[in-house]
Amino acid sequence: MHELQITESILKIAMDYATKEGATEITDLYLTIGDLATVVDDSVQFYWNIIAKETIAENAQLHFERIKTELLCMDCNARFHPNPEDFTCPNCGSIQVKVIRGDEFSLDAIDIETEKRK
Amino acid sequence: MMTQRISIVENILNANDRLADENRSRLDEFDVFALNLMASPGAGKTTLIEQTLSLLPKQHHVAVVDGDVATSIDADRAAKAGAVAAIQINTGGGCHLDAVMFNQALDKLDLNQVDILLVENVGNLICPSGFKLGTHKSILIASVPEGDDKPYKYPGMYRGVDALVINKIDLLPYVPFDMDYFKKGVEILNPGLVIFPLSCQTGQGIDKWIDWLSKALIDIHNSQ
Repeated sequence: MHELQITESILKIAMDYATKEGATEITDLYLTIGDLATVVDDSVQFYWNIIAKETIAENAQLHFERIKTELLCMDCNARFHPNPEDFTCPNCGSIQVKVIRGDEFSLDAIDIETEKRK
Repeated sequence: MMTQRISIVENILNANDRLADENRSRLDEFDVFALNLMASPGAGKTTLIEQTLSLLPKQHHVAVVDGDVATSIDADRAAKAGAVAAIQINTGGGCHLDAVMFNQALDKLDLNQVDILLVENVGNLICPSGFKLGTHKSILIASVPEGDDKPYKYPGMYRGVDALVINKIDLLPYVPFDMDYFKKGVEILNPGLVIFPLSCQTGQGIDKWIDWLSKALIDIHNSQ
């Protein structure tokens, strides 16, 4: 439901950076989404197609890198990818775990076109 | 024409998080202890707020911020139950409160008159967990009729909270709800989470919630 708001943030961040660099077009956006971040790629793409219209990012491609959840067991130091509903350590059965990866949600880079070399 | 790549690496929710930090500083400046109450629709958020207002020692001045898609029914109930102020935020279809909406609600409150601020988020077990407001504690209110599988189905929500209320325990004899299975799911996601099984209807168990709230209020004042 809140993907519209999120997509607006993505466009704003991209436009801020692109404008600073004097871009005439944004061609690509590289996004990282962890499995624990409740964000649906298809939904972001859907809103993007609507809100990016008539901006310099109108024809930009969105690239999503999904990050699998990775946990660290605080008792035995095992690192593992849990199944979504059970964060128990498969090595020692402990439930004292820390999220190492999986809650990322960032705009990592954009590709832009500029008129000429600076 | 030339193409270039610009490295950004910016957290997309940064803007929200920054404003949430500002909200927190403002609350701390006025010694206001704020709680973000989250739950699915119908779990009993408003009823718990009413009970909390009536049972907390009267020297505490409690204000309520109510987030709903529409209407001011909840804020009206809170005002009637004794809140020093009740601000309704209508999200107009939005599925959660965010730091901007909370910031605007703070503008409408005289924080000098408030000790405790109860924020009733939009009824939803997914989106509210992703948006920090700047409150000190996040509380989840589950309820028996929702079923005992909710921790397993909404892990993001159960993982991020500081205390859990299980409301409507008076319905346990009538509804299939395996408390051990429920608590196991909670323990896996949020080890050691403090849990308050209670009934806002009969009053059973509410005293422990009120005690915890009173102690948390003292702790937060001592730490400032």
